[in-house]
Amino acid sequence: MIAIQNISKKFGKLTVLDGSSAQFNKGECIALIGPNGCGKTTLIKSILGMVVPNTGNILFNDVSIKNEFLYRNNIGYMPQIGRYPENMSIGQVIDMIKNIRNYNSQLDEELLDLYKIKDLLNKKMRTLSGGTTQKISATIAFLFNPDVLILDEPTAGLDPLAAEILKEKIIKEKQKGKLIIITSHLLSELDELVTQVVFMQDGKIKFHKNTEELKNDTQMPTIAKAITHILKATAHE
Amino acid sequence: MNRLIKFVVLDMIKNRTILGYTLLLAIFSWSVFGLEDNATKGVLTLLNIMLLIVPLVSIIFSTIYIYNSSEFIDLMVSQPVKRSKIWTSLFIGLSISQILAFVVGVGIPLLLFAPINIALSMISVGCIVSIIFIAIAFLACAITHDKSKGIGVSIMLWLYFALLFDGLVLFLLFQFADYPIEHIMIGITMLSPIDMARILILLQLNVSALLGHTGAIFTDFFGTIIGTFISTFVLCLWAIIPFYLSLRMFNKKDL
Repeated sequence: MIAIQNISKKFGKLTVLDGSSAQFNKGECIALIGPNGCGKTTLIKSILGMVVPNTGNILFNDVSIKNEFLYRNNIGYMPQIGRYPENMSIGQVIDMIKNIRNYNSQLDEELLDLYKIKDLLNKKMRTLSGGTTQKISATIAFLFNPDVLILDEPTAGLDPLAAEILKEKIIKEKQKGKLIIITSHLLSELDELVTQVVFMQDGKIKFHKNTEELKNDTQMPTIAKAITHILKATAHE
Repeated sequence: MNRLIKFVVLDMIKNRTILGYTLLLAIFSWSVFGLEDNATKGVLTLLNIMLLIVPLVSIIFSTIYIYNSSEFIDLMVSQPVKRSKIWTSLFIGLSISQILAFVVGVGIPLLLFAPINIALSMISVGCIVSIIFIAIAFLACAITHDKSKGIGVSIMLWLYFALLFDGLVLFLLFQFADYPIEHIMIGITMLSPIDMARILILLQLNVSALLGHTGAIFTDFFGTIIGTFISTFVLCLWAIIPFYLSLRMFNKKDL
């Protein structure tokens, strides 16, 4: 569904992505893992077209995304830090995005209800706490039933109850056969969710494995332990 | 596209700065025509005020507005919206609201006090000047990442076009007084949209004594009709080129 072909990105002199390639397919739930500053968010932003890679190609359903925008109709994106126009209310932001998406089918308002956002519609974006902003981001990402969900640190800043709701929702969407890409540092959360792990370091994709394969290779019972094992090993190098 | 433009225009109308700008322009124009009996003199005074204030407000206000819209731009870029559409909508939205402010503030008194043909050309020149400096603001924003730097660049550009450029022209004239540089000066005049706008209005008013050196050469060279045509054309280029450049940069910008 999404093919990343040898993309590189430099910000000034700093190389953030260094010839990364990967293939993500329908029905997979992919965890993008790696130390801080390894290029996870840049990779995600490249898929969304927010960052333009210096070299390489990204294909969405076999079509290059270069200068394209309609493919984003199929993507729901939850940013790490949601930034919204400050003087708009929650209701206005959601209406504006509905307006722009021009989506005609049934909206997926499950999170809107579970997070009780309907009671907050008149609140201005600048008055919201970080956690509430994250809830809005999550709601918007799931609202249009997209085929692909890209979640950048989805549970960071959410209270345990809200995080649990989000997790349930992610599992539900996974079962519908959607492609889900998650970055997270909370490894213990990923165990129930992911089917594949992509490990990045210094702008390169070090490996891309099935969770079973990963557990077997490291002889660890959970993904969290397997990843910490690998992180420790690379830190010693 | 229309939805985005509508959104920007509505957002601007709610903005108090644009109301203040309209009020400021209205106060200037009404007091100018209240003080002067002679409509032509009034128009000239207004022209000078207009060519100072309109570029300043257009460029600074637009720069700040674009930087403050960074969240909006971020949000839209991750949605299925073409990048050039976002940028163009911001540009058109800003232009519509600034033109509205100008027409309400300056246009109404002009239509009441000045001869109709002069009033109309003043209004159109004011609108073009607004658009030109909005376009320059977009270019400044596309070049710089940092808000304070962007505003700094905008202020410098305004200073250059409003004040420094005349100084440079005078300097060149004195330095090369012994050489036949008249025709080169025509080319140089085209490098300043404010001078072009001034010449365009003065051509309509038939007050060649006030044209200044470059203006006089310009009229002499082209004549009134072709002169009007050429200066309008150059002004349009001044609006299109900076915006086009900024659009190309924005399409490649990392957000």
